[in-house]
Amino acid sequence: MSTSGRSLWHRFFGNSARAFGSVSVVLLFSLAIAPAKDFFSEWRKYQNDYVKLVRTRADAVTLQRHIEPGLQQIWHPELVVVDRCTTCHLGLKEASLADVTQQPFGKHPPIPHSLTQFGCVVCHRGQGAATTVREAHHSTDAWEEPLLPARFIEASCGQCHLTPLRGTPVLNEGRRLLSRQGCVHCHNVRLADGTPMQPTDNPPDLGHIAEKTTREWIFAWVKNPQAYATSATMPNFGFGDDDTRDISAFLVAQSTPSPYTARIASRKTKPAAGDASAEGASLYGQSFCASCHATQNAAGNLVGGDIGPELTRVGSKLKPEWLEEWIRNPDDFFPGTKMPRFRFTDQQLSLLTGYLQSKTDSDLLANVHLEPTTQKQIDHGRALVMEYGCASCHQINGVKKPENFAPDLSHIGSKPFAQLAFPAGVEHTLPDYLTSKISKPRAFGTGLKMPKFTLAQAQVDALTTALLANTARANTLPATLRVASQHDSQYQPAGKAGRLMDELRCFSCHSINGRGGTMAPDLSWEGSSVQSQWLTEFLKNPNTLRPALIRRMPKFNLSDAEIHTLADYILTVYQSPAFDRDGIAQASLTPQLAEEGKQLFYSKYNCNSCHIVDTAKDKGYVGPVLAQAGLRLTPAWTFQWLKNPQALRPGTIEPNQHMDDADARALTAYIMTLKARKGANQ
Amino acid sequence: MKRQLILLAIVIGMAGCAKQALAPTPAGAAAPEGAVLMESSGGKQAAAIGTPLEQPVMVQLNDAKGAAAAGVGILLSGPTGAKFDPPSGVTDANGQFTSQVAAPGTSGHFQIVAATADGKARLKIDGIALGYEQGLGRQLSTQYCARCHDAESTPERVSNMDNLDPKPHAFSEGDTYNKISNADLTSLISHGGAALNKSASMPPFGYTLTPAEIQALISYIRAIADPPYERVYANK
Repeated sequence: MSTSGRSLWHRFFGNSARAFGSVSVVLLFSLAIAPAKDFFSEWRKYQNDYVKLVRTRADAVTLQRHIEPGLQQIWHPELVVVDRCTTCHLGLKEASLADVTQQPFGKHPPIPHSLTQFGCVVCHRGQGAATTVREAHHSTDAWEEPLLPARFIEASCGQCHLTPLRGTPVLNEGRRLLSRQGCVHCHNVRLADGTPMQPTDNPPDLGHIAEKTTREWIFAWVKNPQAYATSATMPNFGFGDDDTRDISAFLVAQSTPSPYTARIASRKTKPAAGDASAEGASLYGQSFCASCHATQNAAGNLVGGDIGPELTRVGSKLKPEWLEEWIRNPDDFFPGTKMPRFRFTDQQLSLLTGYLQSKTDSDLLANVHLEPTTQKQIDHGRALVMEYGCASCHQINGVKKPENFAPDLSHIGSKPFAQLAFPAGVEHTLPDYLTSKISKPRAFGTGLKMPKFTLAQAQVDALTTALLANTARANTLPATLRVASQHDSQYQPAGKAGRLMDELRCFSCHSINGRGGTMAPDLSWEGSSVQSQWLTEFLKNPNTLRPALIRRMPKFNLSDAEIHTLADYILTVYQSPAFDRDGIAQASLTPQLAEEGKQLFYSKYNCNSCHIVDTAKDKGYVGPVLAQAGLRLTPAWTFQWLKNPQALRPGTIEPNQHMDDADARALTAYIMTLKARKGANQ
Repeated sequence: MKRQLILLAIVIGMAGCAKQALAPTPAGAAAPEGAVLMESSGGKQAAAIGTPLEQPVMVQLNDAKGAAAAGVGILLSGPTGAKFDPPSGVTDANGQFTSQVAAPGTSGHFQIVAATADGKARLKIDGIALGYEQGLGRQLSTQYCARCHDAESTPERVSNMDNLDPKPHAFSEGDTYNKISNADLTSLISHGGAALNKSASMPPFGYTLTPAEIQALISYIRAIADPPYERVYANK
């Protein structure tokens, strides 16, 4: 061994010439390592493969001319983007490679930005500077930002776009849910421009809860809100029977009399509980309660709106005397409510209350038997209410709204893995962490407070998308790239009409000057649109204008004076600045012109494909019925509408036909002659 | 040298075993002779890339006599990125197996392969993954077109299709739309039916939708065409 060792040594380093030769060889070899690594690199293989692919294509010459060999890089110092993805993804911009499915050579699908504008990782994540497949796409020891799975890709749009975009339905829904499901009551979520997200649910004040409901119902509700109403927003906290008992004890104990207690108590005639008379049901129908409130039908499906709470089992919840006073004037009890003050008579109130009280579920409270409350239970209940942050959503006497109750989620989209604890069975990626955390929050350990929400998988994905948009990058991108978030309009109409509109809660459904709901038409320019006589009649007795749309506007039982105030205000204040409401005199619309318009209506523009004029023979379920349009619309509005419908109501589906003035005037003349008087409203 | 060869053999053997261990092996009986897999529901659905198809995919396994084959292992597979929940299982008493499928991450037509565990019966099911542009087109279609071009009515949107003569064509009617070039479709949407000697009931949308929006609509119509739209048509 030692002899052979010595002879080997002697062979290579025996004398200075040999030693010099050997060292030179080693040196040369080591010098060759770097170029060899480059020559045999992964990306070079892909570039060679791409050349082979391109040669087989019809437009090989053009494609070959576009190839730039060597490492490629998109560099945007201001965005902190150094992306070498285009080194291997060579065909991204080649329209003729749209049918190529072999990766990484396919064409990038069309997007609203140019491909080099932001580089790749701003949207797709991953490591832009990497030049191997593994390092660029997956998380490695040194780098933990893997590619974003396709189903969450809209999260990337949300880094700059803070307002809803048509192209990002999932992101929009996710952001809506963050507000609607009350996530932002407990979690702070600031958008990239610093705007805090606001909740849009409306959790009730619990300060006078004992007046409204029983301890038994509170118990059943806290135990499992979805057992009472499948559509309930309140999540399930998974409390045990004892904890639930103590919470219900505390909530009843903290309840104080409201300013209306005396009024409730002084009701001489107690409403008939559980009167399921047809009269009550038809009043419920006539008042269009279902526009906002849902009930479960026999098949178990929810029917009705989601602005107010579900009423399937409301009779098991509310005390009849409270319910009756609530319907009389909801604002007295809860100023934040979206429910209007209907002008019901005492008899109507009693009928409606009786009908609602008949909607009970005997199973709901059947097994709830509560002993009288002890002080120990109340104290324990208070401790639980504070521990679980109930006051983050609800007003509770003697418990302050906790600050920063849950982790801030403003940068959750870039949360380092090292700071996350994954439960068994969850893949170690941020999207997987978030989806599991939202759908199974209690699987992450015992003693966690986050409750279980009832969400469909698509909703969980949408929420995850919205959270993934809150990246560190979103906060460091140049502010000029940001499409700022909308601030809610605080518009409040003035005076007597303003108070009336507030009482009727017009803004729960209608939008005016940027404030309000989306269920009913925007009324910002209603004053330019309709005739005074029609508006007065409509407010007195609303009907639907569209043949295929369920009417949703309730009848508020307004007095003539109230209708006059409201109509007057709408007609004078809500006018479009773009044209004069009385700009086209009725007299200028001659019968000859109307006859010409009729021809245009039926032959040139085929308006009858979508609109009904003659209810006996016309069909057309898309637009409103025009049989009475001459009594409803102003000529100026009709003319402007025909010229450009979207200018008056953005997003309306009636296409802009680019009509010239002569045609629009003739059609206006014809439409103004449509004054069919019907015996009764629909 | 010999030792190295043995080592190599061991490594290859282990790799082979590992690969086998990765493949899911569903429980359940072997498929009966002459078993046939059929699509019950869930084929030809379109969903945005990476997102679940609206309806689950359901397959039916029958034996040679056409009776339901229960308790047979079924495996689902698809292109990279497509997800199945569950990816395998056994047929129920009616011979059916149901799985929730998520579209792959790249847009275009994709195929799901359902097969019995022993591979005796196989079935291909089509699906469509919509990219950004097609997704935008689908939304525009729902807002502007579906009232007349979709025969389905919902309480919120009653179909106007039967009121029109000639009847509008549903966007999935490949036989109709595949024959119309992109340029003609663009003019049809921009200038209305009358411009191409088609029904005047089709109004012009060229002043309502942007060129990019019209392009998105066409992209969506092409994506959902059944039979599928072939690129060849575009060049005609």
